[in-house]
Amino acid sequence: MSTRRSQGPPGPAAALNPLPAARPRAHNPALPSADPRAGPRTARHRAITLRRCETIPFHAPFHAPFHAPLYARLVRYGFRKHATYVWGALAGAFTNSVFGVLRAYVLIALWEARPGLAGYDVTHAVTYCFVTQAFIGPMQLFGGGLDVPERIRTGDIALDLVRPASLQLWSMAEDLGRAGYLFLVRGIPPVLLGAALFGVVRPSGFAGWAGFAACFLAGWAVGFAWRYLVALSVCWLVDDRGVQVGSLVLTTLLSGMMIPLPLVPGPLGELVRALPWAAMAQAPADVYLGTAPPLETLAFQASWAVALLALGALGTRAIRHKVVIQGG
Amino acid sequence: MVSTYILLAWTWARAAMAYRASFALMAVLGTVLAATDVAVILVIFANTTSLAGFSHDEVLFLYGASNVAFCFCDMFVGNVDRISRHIKAGTFDAMLIRPVSPWIQLATDNFSPTRAGRIAQAAAVLAYALAALDLDARRLWMVPVMIVTGVVIFASLWTLAASVQFVLTDAPEVVNAFTYGSGQLTQYPFSVYARDLVRGVTYALPLAFVNWQPGLYVLGRDDPFGTPSFMRFLGPVAAVGLALPAWLAWRRGIRHYRSTGS
Repeated sequence: MSTRRSQGPPGPAAALNPLPAARPRAHNPALPSADPRAGPRTARHRAITLRRCETIPFHAPFHAPFHAPLYARLVRYGFRKHATYVWGALAGAFTNSVFGVLRAYVLIALWEARPGLAGYDVTHAVTYCFVTQAFIGPMQLFGGGLDVPERIRTGDIALDLVRPASLQLWSMAEDLGRAGYLFLVRGIPPVLLGAALFGVVRPSGFAGWAGFAACFLAGWAVGFAWRYLVALSVCWLVDDRGVQVGSLVLTTLLSGMMIPLPLVPGPLGELVRALPWAAMAQAPADVYLGTAPPLETLAFQASWAVALLALGALGTRAIRHKVVIQGG
Repeated sequence: MVSTYILLAWTWARAAMAYRASFALMAVLGTVLAATDVAVILVIFANTTSLAGFSHDEVLFLYGASNVAFCFCDMFVGNVDRISRHIKAGTFDAMLIRPVSPWIQLATDNFSPTRAGRIAQAAAVLAYALAALDLDARRLWMVPVMIVTGVVIFASLWTLAASVQFVLTDAPEVVNAFTYGSGQLTQYPFSVYARDLVRGVTYALPLAFVNWQPGLYVLGRDDPFGTPSFMRFLGPVAAVGLALPAWLAWRRGIRHYRSTGS
Protein backbone atom coordinates (compact mmCIF):
# COMPACT_ATOMS: atom_id res chain seq x y z
CA MET A 1 0.00 0.00 0.00
CA SER A 2 1.40 3.35 -0.99
CA THR A 3 2.14 6.03 1.55
CA ARG A 4 -0.36 8.30 -0.10
CA ARG A 5 -3.17 6.04 0.95
CA SER A 6 -1.95 5.63 4.49
CA GLN A 7 -4.00 8.62 5.62
CA GLY A 8 -7.25 6.70 5.27
CA PRO A 9 -8.52 4.86 8.29
CA PRO A 10 -8.15 1.09 7.96
CA GLY A 11 -11.43 -0.75 8.13
CA PRO A 12 -13.60 -3.29 6.37
CA ALA A 13 -14.47 -0.79 3.63
CA ALA A 14 -10.82 -0.22 2.84
CA ALA A 15 -10.29 -3.86 2.22
CA LEU A 16 -13.02 -4.00 -0.42
CA ASN A 17 -12.38 -0.61 -2.01
CA PRO A 18 -8.83 0.21 -3.12
CA LEU A 19 -9.57 3.95 -3.03
CA PRO A 20 -9.12 5.87 0.25
CA ALA A 21 -12.29 6.28 2.27
CA ALA A 22 -14.04 9.56 1.69
CA ARG A 23 -14.13 11.86 4.66
CA PRO A 24 -16.06 15.01 5.31
CA ARG A 25 -13.73 17.86 4.39
CA ALA A 26 -14.52 19.87 7.46
CA HIS A 27 -13.00 17.20 9.69
CA ASN A 28 -9.91 16.56 7.64
CA PRO A 29 -7.05 17.61 9.87
CA ALA A 30 -4.71 17.62 6.89
CA LEU A 31 -6.48 20.66 5.44
CA PRO A 32 -5.98 23.93 7.29
CA SER A 33 -9.11 25.88 8.04
CA ALA A 34 -9.72 28.61 5.48
CA ASP A 35 -10.60 31.03 8.20
CA PRO A 36 -9.34 30.84 11.78
CA ARG A 37 -12.53 32.47 12.98
CA ALA A 38 -14.75 29.80 11.40
CA GLY A 39 -15.38 26.75 13.51
CA PRO A 40 -17.56 25.47 16.29
CA ARG A 41 -18.39 27.90 19.06
CA THR A 42 -17.25 31.00 17.19
CA ALA A 43 -19.38 33.99 16.23
CA ARG A 44 -19.32 33.08 12.56
CA HIS A 45 -20.40 29.52 13.21
CA ARG A 46 -23.39 30.79 15.12
CA ALA A 47 -24.10 33.22 12.29
CA ILE A 48 -24.25 30.39 9.81
CA THR A 49 -26.29 28.01 11.93
CA LEU A 50 -28.69 30.80 12.76
CA ARG A 51 -30.21 30.71 9.30
CA ARG A 52 -29.79 27.01 8.74
CA CYS A 53 -31.52 25.74 11.85
CA GLU A 54 -34.93 26.44 10.37
CA THR A 55 -36.22 24.12 7.71
CA ILE A 56 -36.69 25.82 4.38
CA PRO A 57 -40.14 25.44 2.87
CA PHE A 58 -40.45 26.01 -0.85
CA HIS A 59 -42.20 29.35 -0.53
CA ALA A 60 -39.96 30.46 2.30
CA PRO A 61 -38.97 33.81 0.78
CA PHE A 62 -42.56 35.05 0.99
CA HIS A 63 -43.61 33.52 4.27
CA ALA A 64 -40.40 33.69 6.27
CA PRO A 65 -40.97 35.33 9.63
CA PHE A 66 -39.14 38.60 10.19
CA HIS A 67 -36.01 37.52 12.01
CA ALA A 68 -34.67 40.64 13.72
CA PRO A 69 -31.27 39.27 14.83
CA LEU A 70 -30.51 38.11 11.28
CA TYR A 71 -31.19 41.58 9.83
CA ALA A 72 -29.27 43.29 12.63
CA ARG A 73 -26.33 41.09 11.74
CA LEU A 74 -26.69 41.91 8.03
CA VAL A 75 -26.66 45.62 8.85
CA ARG A 76 -23.41 45.09 10.72
CA TYR A 77 -21.92 43.08 7.85
CA GLY A 78 -22.90 45.80 5.37
CA PHE A 79 -21.16 48.35 7.58
CA ARG A 80 -18.03 46.21 7.92
CA LYS A 81 -17.90 45.39 4.21
CA HIS A 82 -17.72 49.06 3.32
CA ALA A 83 -15.37 49.85 6.19
CA THR A 84 -12.76 47.84 4.26
CA TYR A 85 -12.53 50.58 1.63
CA VAL A 86 -11.72 53.44 3.96
CA TRP A 87 -9.36 55.22 1.55
CA GLY A 88 -11.89 55.02 -1.26
CA ALA A 89 -14.56 56.51 1.01
CA LEU A 90 -12.23 59.31 2.15
CA ALA A 91 -11.33 60.09 -1.47
CA GLY A 92 -15.07 60.29 -2.17
CA ALA A 93 -15.50 62.66 0.78
CA PHE A 94 -12.72 64.83 -0.63
CA THR A 95 -14.28 64.97 -4.11
CA ASN A 96 -17.74 65.73 -2.66
CA SER A 97 -16.21 68.52 -0.56
CA VAL A 98 -14.44 70.09 -3.55
CA PHE A 99 -17.65 70.03 -5.60
CA GLY A 100 -19.49 71.41 -2.57
CA VAL A 101 -17.15 74.43 -2.47
CA LEU A 102 -17.53 75.07 -6.22
CA ARG A 103 -21.34 74.79 -6.13
CA ALA A 104 -21.48 76.92 -2.98
CA TYR A 105 -19.82 79.86 -4.77
CA VAL A 106 -22.37 79.65 -7.60
CA LEU A 107 -25.25 79.61 -5.10
CA ILE A 108 -23.71 82.51 -3.15
CA ALA A 109 -23.55 84.55 -6.38
CA LEU A 110 -27.19 83.70 -7.10
CA TRP A 111 -28.37 84.63 -3.60
CA GLU A 112 -26.39 87.87 -3.72
CA ALA A 113 -28.32 88.73 -6.87
CA ARG A 114 -31.65 87.58 -5.37
CA PRO A 115 -31.54 87.72 -1.53
CA GLY A 116 -34.24 85.66 0.15
CA LEU A 117 -34.91 83.55 -2.94
CA ALA A 118 -37.00 80.43 -2.21
CA GLY A 119 -37.19 81.39 1.46
CA TYR A 120 -33.46 80.74 1.98
CA ASP A 121 -30.83 83.27 2.97
CA VAL A 122 -27.21 82.93 1.82
CA THR A 123 -26.20 80.76 4.78
CA HIS A 124 -29.18 78.49 4.12
CA ALA A 125 -28.14 78.14 0.49
CA VAL A 126 -24.54 77.28 1.42
CA THR A 127 -25.70 74.79 4.04
CA TYR A 128 -28.08 73.23 1.51
CA CYS A 129 -25.20 72.80 -0.90
CA PHE A 130 -22.90 71.01 1.58
CA VAL A 131 -25.68 68.91 3.13
CA THR A 132 -26.76 67.60 -0.28
CA GLN A 133 -23.11 66.86 -1.18
CA ALA A 134 -22.94 64.95 2.11
CA PHE A 135 -25.97 62.89 1.03
CA ILE A 136 -24.25 61.60 -2.14
CA GLY A 137 -22.43 58.82 -0.28
CA PRO A 138 -25.06 57.52 2.19
CA MET A 139 -28.03 58.01 -0.18
CA GLN A 140 -25.93 56.64 -3.07
CA LEU A 141 -27.27 59.39 -5.32
CA PHE A 142 -25.05 58.33 -8.22
CA GLY A 143 -26.73 54.90 -8.25
CA GLY A 144 -25.45 51.38 -7.69
CA GLY A 145 -24.37 50.16 -4.28
CA LEU A 146 -26.29 46.87 -4.59
CA ASP A 147 -24.91 43.42 -5.47
CA VAL A 148 -28.17 42.31 -7.07
CA PRO A 149 -27.39 43.15 -10.76
CA GLU A 150 -24.07 41.31 -10.64
CA ARG A 151 -25.71 38.33 -8.93
CA ILE A 152 -28.50 38.22 -11.51
CA ARG A 153 -25.94 38.24 -14.31
CA THR A 154 -23.88 35.44 -12.77
CA GLY A 155 -26.94 33.40 -11.75
CA ASP A 156 -26.04 33.53 -8.04
CA ILE A 157 -29.44 35.17 -7.54
CA ALA A 158 -30.98 31.68 -7.63
CA LEU A 159 -29.20 30.97 -4.33
CA ASP A 160 -30.36 34.26 -2.82
CA LEU A 161 -33.97 33.51 -3.74
CA VAL A 162 -34.13 30.22 -1.82
CA ARG A 163 -32.75 31.73 1.37
CA PRO A 164 -35.30 31.77 4.18
CA ALA A 165 -35.35 35.56 4.08
CA SER A 166 -36.72 38.05 1.59
CA LEU A 167 -34.17 39.20 -0.97
CA GLN A 168 -35.46 42.73 -0.67
CA LEU A 169 -35.14 42.91 3.12
CA TRP A 170 -31.77 41.18 2.94
CA SER A 171 -30.44 43.80 0.48
CA MET A 172 -32.07 46.57 2.47
CA ALA A 173 -30.37 45.51 5.70
CA GLU A 174 -26.97 45.39 4.01
CA ASP A 175 -27.62 48.74 2.38
CA LEU A 176 -28.50 50.28 5.74
CA GLY A 177 -25.07 49.22 7.03
CA ARG A 178 -23.45 50.73 3.95
CA ALA A 179 -25.39 53.98 4.42
CA GLY A 180 -24.40 54.15 8.09
CA TYR A 181 -20.71 53.81 7.29
CA LEU A 182 -20.78 56.29 4.42
CA PHE A 183 -22.75 58.75 6.55
CA LEU A 184 -19.85 58.82 9.00
CA VAL A 185 -16.98 58.89 6.49
CA ARG A 186 -18.46 60.68 3.46
CA GLY A 187 -21.29 62.61 5.05
CA ILE A 188 -19.68 64.47 7.92
CA PRO A 189 -16.47 65.88 6.27
CA PRO A 190 -18.18 68.02 3.57
CA VAL A 191 -20.45 69.66 6.16
CA LEU A 192 -17.51 70.33 8.49
CA LEU A 193 -15.59 71.89 5.60
CA GLY A 194 -18.59 74.02 4.69
CA ALA A 195 -18.86 75.13 8.33
CA ALA A 196 -15.17 76.04 8.40
CA LEU A 197 -15.13 77.94 5.07
CA PHE A 198 -18.53 79.62 4.91
CA GLY A 199 -20.47 78.85 8.12
CA VAL A 200 -23.55 76.63 8.09
CA VAL A 201 -26.81 76.48 10.02
CA ARG A 202 -27.67 73.53 12.28
CA PRO A 203 -30.98 71.98 13.30
CA SER A 204 -32.14 73.58 16.53
CA GLY A 205 -32.37 71.47 19.67
CA PHE A 206 -33.16 67.81 20.14
CA ALA A 207 -36.43 67.99 18.19
CA GLY A 208 -34.63 69.44 15.18
CA TRP A 209 -31.97 66.74 15.15
CA ALA A 210 -34.53 63.98 15.73
CA GLY A 211 -36.66 65.27 12.86
CA PHE A 212 -33.61 65.36 10.59
CA ALA A 213 -32.57 61.83 11.61
CA ALA A 214 -36.04 60.49 10.83
CA CYS A 215 -36.20 62.27 7.46
CA PHE A 216 -32.66 61.16 6.62
CA LEU A 217 -33.64 57.53 7.24
CA ALA A 218 -36.85 57.95 5.22
CA GLY A 219 -34.82 59.50 2.39
CA TRP A 220 -32.43 56.58 2.47
CA ALA A 221 -35.40 54.16 2.33
CA VAL A 222 -36.80 55.88 -0.79
CA GLY A 223 -33.33 55.87 -2.33
CA PHE A 224 -32.86 52.18 -1.61
CA ALA A 225 -36.32 51.30 -2.94
CA TRP A 226 -35.57 53.13 -6.19
CA ARG A 227 -32.11 51.59 -6.64
CA TYR A 228 -33.54 48.15 -5.91
CA LEU A 229 -36.09 48.59 -8.70
CA VAL A 230 -33.31 49.73 -11.06
CA ALA A 231 -31.24 46.70 -10.03
CA LEU A 232 -34.10 44.26 -10.67
CA SER A 233 -34.49 45.61 -14.21
CA VAL A 234 -31.32 43.71 -15.16
CA CYS A 235 -33.36 40.55 -15.08
CA TRP A 236 -35.32 41.72 -18.13
CA LEU A 237 -32.75 43.91 -19.89
CA VAL A 238 -29.51 41.89 -19.44
CA ASP A 239 -27.42 45.03 -20.02
CA ASP A 240 -28.31 47.45 -17.26
CA ARG A 241 -25.95 50.33 -18.14
CA GLY A 242 -28.65 52.24 -20.00
CA VAL A 243 -31.06 52.05 -17.07
CA GLN A 244 -28.27 52.99 -14.67
CA VAL A 245 -27.42 56.14 -16.61
CA GLY A 246 -31.12 56.99 -16.99
CA SER A 247 -31.54 56.65 -13.23
CA LEU A 248 -28.40 58.77 -12.71
CA VAL A 249 -29.85 61.60 -14.82
CA LEU A 250 -33.18 61.50 -12.97
CA THR A 251 -31.59 61.28 -9.52
CA THR A 252 -28.92 63.97 -9.89
CA LEU A 253 -31.30 66.44 -11.50
CA LEU A 254 -34.55 65.78 -9.61
CA SER A 255 -33.23 65.02 -6.12
CA GLY A 256 -32.10 68.60 -5.63
CA MET A 257 -28.44 67.60 -5.46
CA MET A 258 -27.35 69.94 -8.26
CA ILE A 259 -29.71 72.84 -7.65
CA PRO A 260 -32.30 73.49 -4.90
CA LEU A 261 -35.68 72.35 -6.27
CA PRO A 262 -37.59 75.46 -5.05
CA LEU A 263 -35.68 77.33 -7.79
CA VAL A 264 -37.44 75.34 -10.54
CA PRO A 265 -40.23 77.65 -11.71
CA GLY A 266 -43.91 77.05 -12.44
CA PRO A 267 -45.85 73.80 -12.70
CA LEU A 268 -42.63 71.94 -13.60
CA GLY A 269 -41.28 72.92 -10.19
CA GLU A 270 -44.39 71.68 -8.42
CA LEU A 271 -44.12 68.40 -10.29
CA VAL A 272 -40.44 67.77 -9.47
CA ARG A 273 -41.01 68.62 -5.80
CA ALA A 274 -43.71 65.91 -5.62
CA LEU A 275 -41.68 63.14 -7.30
CA PRO A 276 -39.87 60.43 -5.28
CA TRP A 277 -36.41 61.83 -6.07
CA ALA A 278 -37.23 64.99 -4.11
CA ALA A 279 -37.61 62.72 -1.05
CA MET A 280 -33.96 61.65 -1.36
CA ALA A 281 -32.11 64.96 -0.95
CA GLN A 282 -34.39 68.00 -1.07
CA ALA A 283 -36.74 66.82 1.71
CA PRO A 284 -34.14 65.82 4.34
CA ALA A 285 -32.05 68.92 3.52
CA ASP A 286 -35.09 71.16 4.06
CA VAL A 287 -35.75 69.52 7.42
CA TYR A 288 -32.07 70.00 8.33
CA LEU A 289 -32.40 73.71 7.49
CA GLY A 290 -35.70 73.97 9.34
CA THR A 291 -37.43 75.33 6.23
CA ALA A 292 -39.94 72.45 6.00
CA PRO A 293 -42.24 70.94 8.66
CA PRO A 294 -40.70 67.57 9.71
CA LEU A 295 -43.95 65.62 10.10
CA GLU A 296 -45.43 66.53 6.72
CA THR A 297 -42.07 65.92 5.03
CA LEU A 298 -41.82 62.56 6.72
CA ALA A 299 -45.32 61.63 5.54
CA PHE A 300 -44.38 62.60 1.96
CA GLN A 301 -41.20 60.50 2.10
CA ALA A 302 -42.91 57.56 3.82
CA SER A 303 -45.65 57.35 1.20
CA TRP A 304 -43.07 57.16 -1.60
CA ALA A 305 -40.99 54.66 0.39
CA VAL A 306 -43.99 52.38 0.91
CA ALA A 307 -45.07 52.65 -2.73
CA LEU A 308 -41.62 51.92 -4.16
CA LEU A 309 -40.86 49.15 -1.66
CA ALA A 310 -44.19 47.49 -2.52
CA LEU A 311 -43.28 47.67 -6.22
CA GLY A 312 -39.92 46.15 -5.32
CA ALA A 313 -41.65 43.29 -3.49
CA LEU A 314 -43.76 42.60 -6.59
CA GLY A 315 -40.62 42.73 -8.70
CA THR A 316 -38.89 40.25 -6.40
CA ARG A 317 -41.83 37.87 -6.82
CA ALA A 318 -41.66 38.33 -10.60
CA ILE A 319 -37.93 37.64 -10.90
CA ARG A 320 -38.41 34.54 -8.79
CA HIS A 321 -40.73 33.15 -11.45
CA LYS A 322 -38.44 34.30 -14.23
CA VAL A 323 -35.39 32.69 -12.64
CA VAL A 324 -37.32 29.44 -12.16
CA ILE A 325 -38.44 29.48 -15.80
CA GLN A 326 -34.88 30.05 -16.98
CA GLY A 327 -33.86 27.03 -14.96
CA GLY A 328 -31.45 29.04 -12.84
CA MET B 1 1.86 57.84 -33.43
CA VAL B 2 -1.40 59.32 -34.63
CA SER B 3 -2.13 56.32 -36.85
CA THR B 4 -1.48 53.99 -33.90
CA TYR B 5 -3.89 56.03 -31.80
CA ILE B 6 -6.56 55.85 -34.50
CA LEU B 7 -6.06 52.12 -34.96
CA LEU B 8 -6.38 51.38 -31.24
CA ALA B 9 -9.33 53.75 -30.81
CA TRP B 10 -11.10 52.18 -33.80
CA THR B 11 -10.56 48.71 -32.32
CA TRP B 12 -12.18 49.74 -29.04
CA ALA B 13 -14.95 51.58 -30.89
CA ARG B 14 -15.84 48.45 -32.83
CA ALA B 15 -15.95 46.50 -29.57
CA ALA B 16 -18.28 49.12 -28.07
CA MET B 17 -20.53 49.00 -31.13
CA ALA B 18 -21.01 45.24 -30.91
CA TYR B 19 -24.16 45.76 -28.83
CA ARG B 20 -25.99 48.22 -31.06
CA ALA B 21 -29.04 48.99 -28.90
CA SER B 22 -26.91 49.51 -25.81
CA PHE B 23 -24.50 51.68 -27.80
CA ALA B 24 -27.26 53.95 -29.10
CA LEU B 25 -28.87 54.22 -25.67
CA MET B 26 -25.54 55.11 -24.04
CA ALA B 27 -24.85 57.78 -26.67
CA VAL B 28 -28.24 59.41 -26.09
CA LEU B 29 -28.19 59.14 -22.30
CA GLY B 30 -24.59 60.34 -22.05
CA THR B 31 -25.59 63.47 -23.95
CA VAL B 32 -28.60 63.96 -21.68
CA LEU B 33 -26.40 63.49 -18.61
CA ALA B 34 -23.95 66.12 -19.85
CA ALA B 35 -26.88 68.44 -20.56
CA THR B 36 -27.92 68.41 -16.88
CA ASP B 37 -25.25 71.06 -16.28
CA VAL B 38 -26.94 73.28 -18.88
CA ALA B 39 -30.26 72.61 -17.16
CA VAL B 40 -28.76 73.93 -13.90
CA ILE B 41 -27.58 77.10 -15.66
CA LEU B 42 -31.06 77.57 -17.17
CA VAL B 43 -32.73 77.11 -13.76
CA ILE B 44 -30.36 79.67 -12.23
CA PHE B 45 -31.18 82.18 -14.95
CA ALA B 46 -34.89 81.52 -14.55
CA ASN B 47 -34.41 83.23 -11.17
CA THR B 48 -32.00 86.03 -12.05
CA THR B 49 -30.90 88.05 -15.07
CA SER B 50 -27.24 88.28 -14.13
CA LEU B 51 -24.88 86.02 -12.19
CA ALA B 52 -21.85 87.81 -10.71
CA GLY B 53 -22.12 90.41 -13.47
CA PHE B 54 -22.52 88.00 -16.39
CA SER B 55 -25.63 87.49 -18.48
CA HIS B 56 -27.33 84.24 -19.48
CA ASP B 57 -25.69 84.13 -22.94
CA GLU B 58 -22.26 85.07 -21.61
CA VAL B 59 -22.36 82.25 -19.06
CA LEU B 60 -23.46 79.82 -21.79
CA PHE B 61 -20.53 81.02 -23.94
CA LEU B 62 -18.04 80.35 -21.12
CA TYR B 63 -19.71 77.00 -20.40
CA GLY B 64 -19.66 75.95 -24.07
CA ALA B 65 -16.05 76.96 -24.70
CA SER B 66 -14.78 75.11 -21.62
CA ASN B 67 -16.98 72.08 -22.12
CA VAL B 68 -16.04 71.49 -25.76
CA ALA B 69 -12.42 71.22 -24.61
CA PHE B 70 -13.30 69.20 -21.51
CA CYS B 71 -15.54 66.67 -23.30
CA PHE B 72 -13.00 66.33 -26.11
CA CYS B 73 -10.34 65.42 -23.53
CA ASP B 74 -12.74 63.20 -21.63
CA MET B 75 -13.25 61.21 -24.83
CA PHE B 76 -9.72 61.12 -26.23
CA VAL B 77 -7.46 61.31 -23.15
CA GLY B 78 -9.65 60.79 -20.07
CA ASN B 79 -9.15 57.05 -19.96
CA VAL B 80 -5.54 57.47 -18.78
CA ASP B 81 -6.92 57.65 -15.24
CA ARG B 82 -7.85 53.98 -15.59
CA ILE B 83 -4.16 53.29 -14.99
CA SER B 84 -4.69 52.36 -11.33
CA ARG B 85 -6.91 49.44 -12.41
CA HIS B 86 -4.20 48.23 -14.77
CA ILE B 87 -1.54 48.59 -12.09
CA LYS B 88 -3.67 46.60 -9.62
CA ALA B 89 -4.57 43.91 -12.16
CA GLY B 90 -0.98 43.65 -13.38
CA THR B 91 -2.01 44.38 -16.99
CA PHE B 92 0.07 47.56 -17.03
CA ASP B 93 3.20 45.38 -17.26
CA ALA B 94 1.88 44.01 -20.55
CA MET B 95 1.40 47.55 -21.86
CA LEU B 96 5.02 48.38 -21.11
CA ILE B 97 6.42 45.63 -23.32
CA ARG B 98 4.26 46.41 -26.35
CA PRO B 99 5.89 48.52 -29.07
CA VAL B 100 3.44 51.41 -28.52
CA SER B 101 3.71 54.23 -26.00
CA PRO B 102 1.85 53.21 -22.80
CA TRP B 103 0.26 56.67 -22.72
CA ILE B 104 -1.41 56.03 -26.09
CA GLN B 105 -2.49 52.56 -25.02
CA LEU B 106 -4.10 54.00 -21.89
CA ALA B 107 -5.68 56.98 -23.64
CA THR B 108 -7.40 54.62 -26.07
CA ASP B 109 -8.18 52.03 -23.38
CA ASN B 110 -11.92 51.36 -23.43
CA PHE B 111 -12.35 54.22 -25.93
CA SER B 112 -16.04 54.81 -26.45
CA PRO B 113 -17.38 56.90 -29.36
CA THR B 114 -20.63 57.39 -27.41
CA ARG B 115 -18.96 60.35 -25.70
CA ALA B 116 -19.00 62.24 -29.00
CA GLY B 117 -22.58 63.19 -28.12
CA ARG B 118 -21.29 65.27 -25.23
CA ILE B 119 -18.89 67.17 -27.47
CA ALA B 120 -21.76 67.83 -29.87
CA GLN B 121 -23.93 69.05 -27.00
CA ALA B 122 -21.22 71.44 -25.74
CA ALA B 123 -20.55 72.64 -29.31
CA ALA B 124 -24.27 73.31 -29.80
CA VAL B 125 -24.36 75.44 -26.63
CA LEU B 126 -21.25 77.33 -27.78
CA ALA B 127 -22.73 77.92 -31.24
CA TYR B 128 -25.99 79.16 -29.70
CA ALA B 129 -24.11 81.56 -27.39
CA LEU B 130 -21.93 82.90 -30.23
CA ALA B 131 -25.02 83.53 -32.32
CA ALA B 132 -27.00 85.11 -29.49
CA LEU B 133 -24.20 87.41 -28.30
CA ASP B 134 -23.41 90.47 -30.36
CA LEU B 135 -19.65 89.92 -30.50
CA ASP B 136 -16.87 91.82 -32.21
CA ALA B 137 -16.02 89.64 -35.25
CA ARG B 138 -12.35 90.68 -35.10
CA ARG B 139 -12.02 88.95 -31.75
CA LEU B 140 -13.53 85.60 -32.77
CA TRP B 141 -10.13 84.20 -33.82
CA MET B 142 -9.59 83.65 -30.10
CA VAL B 143 -12.39 81.01 -29.89
CA PRO B 144 -10.51 78.18 -31.68
CA VAL B 145 -7.30 79.21 -29.88
CA MET B 146 -8.97 78.96 -26.48
CA ILE B 147 -10.46 75.56 -27.31
CA VAL B 148 -7.06 74.16 -28.33
CA THR B 149 -5.53 75.73 -25.20
CA GLY B 150 -8.25 74.14 -23.09
CA VAL B 151 -7.67 70.73 -24.67
CA VAL B 152 -3.93 70.92 -23.90
CA ILE B 153 -4.58 72.09 -20.31
CA PHE B 154 -7.16 69.37 -19.58
CA ALA B 155 -5.02 66.68 -21.27
CA SER B 156 -2.07 67.75 -19.10
CA LEU B 157 -4.26 67.62 -16.01
CA TRP B 158 -5.38 64.10 -16.82
CA THR B 159 -1.80 63.03 -17.47
CA LEU B 160 -0.76 64.51 -14.11
CA ALA B 161 -3.69 62.70 -12.48
CA ALA B 162 -2.54 59.43 -14.06
CA SER B 163 1.08 60.02 -12.96
CA VAL B 164 -0.04 60.57 -9.37
CA GLN B 165 -1.68 57.14 -9.42
CA PHE B 166 1.70 55.43 -9.56
CA VAL B 167 1.95 56.34 -5.87
CA LEU B 168 -1.76 56.66 -5.01
CA THR B 169 -3.02 53.22 -6.00
CA ASP B 170 -5.24 52.96 -2.92
CA ALA B 171 -7.47 55.94 -3.64
CA PRO B 172 -7.62 56.60 -7.39
CA GLU B 173 -10.90 58.51 -6.94
CA VAL B 174 -9.07 61.39 -5.31
CA VAL B 175 -7.86 62.68 -8.68
CA ASN B 176 -11.48 63.06 -9.85
CA ALA B 177 -11.66 66.14 -7.66
CA PHE B 178 -9.00 67.72 -9.89
CA THR B 179 -10.03 66.47 -13.33
CA TYR B 180 -13.82 66.60 -13.09
CA GLY B 181 -13.57 69.39 -10.51
CA SER B 182 -11.71 71.51 -13.11
CA GLY B 183 -14.47 70.79 -15.61
CA GLN B 184 -17.03 71.98 -13.06
CA LEU B 185 -14.98 75.04 -12.04
CA THR B 186 -14.63 76.37 -15.59
CA GLN B 187 -18.38 76.15 -16.30
CA TYR B 188 -19.07 79.47 -14.56
CA PRO B 189 -17.51 82.92 -14.81
CA PHE B 190 -14.66 83.13 -12.33
CA SER B 191 -16.20 86.26 -10.84
CA VAL B 192 -18.48 83.99 -8.76
CA TYR B 193 -15.45 82.55 -6.91
CA ALA B 194 -13.43 84.06 -4.11
CA ARG B 195 -10.34 86.10 -5.00
CA ASP B 196 -7.90 83.61 -3.42
CA LEU B 197 -9.40 80.65 -5.27
CA VAL B 198 -9.15 82.54 -8.57
CA ARG B 199 -5.51 83.46 -7.81
CA GLY B 200 -4.81 79.77 -7.20
CA VAL B 201 -6.38 78.63 -10.48
CA THR B 202 -4.62 81.41 -12.39
CA TYR B 203 -1.05 81.26 -11.13
CA ALA B 204 -0.71 77.77 -9.59
CA LEU B 205 -2.98 75.63 -11.78
CA PRO B 206 -3.63 77.60 -14.99
CA LEU B 207 -7.35 76.81 -15.31
CA ALA B 208 -8.15 80.49 -15.82
CA PHE B 209 -6.65 80.20 -19.32
CA VAL B 210 -9.14 77.53 -20.42
CA ASN B 211 -12.02 79.97 -20.91
CA TRP B 212 -11.90 82.83 -18.40
CA GLN B 213 -9.01 85.00 -19.54
CA PRO B 214 -9.45 84.43 -23.32
CA GLY B 215 -13.24 84.53 -22.86
CA LEU B 216 -12.98 88.04 -21.36
CA TYR B 217 -11.13 89.12 -24.52
CA VAL B 218 -13.80 87.63 -26.82
CA LEU B 219 -16.58 89.23 -24.77
CA GLY B 220 -14.65 92.52 -24.71
CA ARG B 221 -14.84 92.86 -20.93
CA ASP B 222 -12.44 93.85 -18.17
CA ASP B 223 -11.42 91.37 -15.50
CA PRO B 224 -13.38 92.06 -12.28
CA PHE B 225 -10.24 90.97 -10.42
CA GLY B 226 -8.18 93.59 -12.27
CA THR B 227 -5.55 91.47 -14.04
CA PRO B 228 -3.69 93.31 -16.83
CA SER B 229 -5.02 92.86 -20.37
CA PHE B 230 -1.93 91.08 -21.76
CA MET B 231 -2.92 88.05 -19.64
CA ARG B 232 -5.83 87.40 -22.02
CA PHE B 233 -3.26 86.15 -24.56
CA LEU B 234 -1.12 84.01 -22.26
CA GLY B 235 -3.25 80.87 -22.71
CA PRO B 236 -0.88 78.96 -25.04
CA VAL B 237 2.09 79.80 -22.78
CA ALA B 238 0.21 78.55 -19.72
CA ALA B 239 -0.85 75.38 -21.56
CA VAL B 240 2.76 74.57 -22.50
CA GLY B 241 3.79 75.48 -18.96
CA LEU B 242 1.46 72.79 -17.61
CA ALA B 243 2.10 70.22 -20.36
CA LEU B 244 5.84 70.13 -19.64
CA PRO B 245 5.60 69.19 -15.93
CA ALA B 246 2.83 66.72 -16.82
CA TRP B 247 5.08 65.05 -19.38
CA LEU B 248 7.98 64.94 -16.91
CA ALA B 249 5.76 63.54 -14.14
CA TRP B 250 4.49 60.82 -16.47
CA ARG B 251 8.04 59.83 -17.49
CA ARG B 252 9.13 59.81 -13.87
CA GLY B 253 6.15 57.64 -12.95
CA ILE B 254 6.97 55.12 -15.71
CA ARG B 255 10.65 55.01 -14.75
CA HIS B 256 9.90 54.38 -11.09
CA TYR B 257 7.13 51.87 -11.70
CA ARG B 258 8.01 48.58 -10.00
CA SER B 259 5.13 46.31 -10.98
CA THR B 260 2.87 44.86 -8.30
CA GLY B 261 5.66 42.83 -6.76
CA SER B 262 4.35 39.36 -7.39
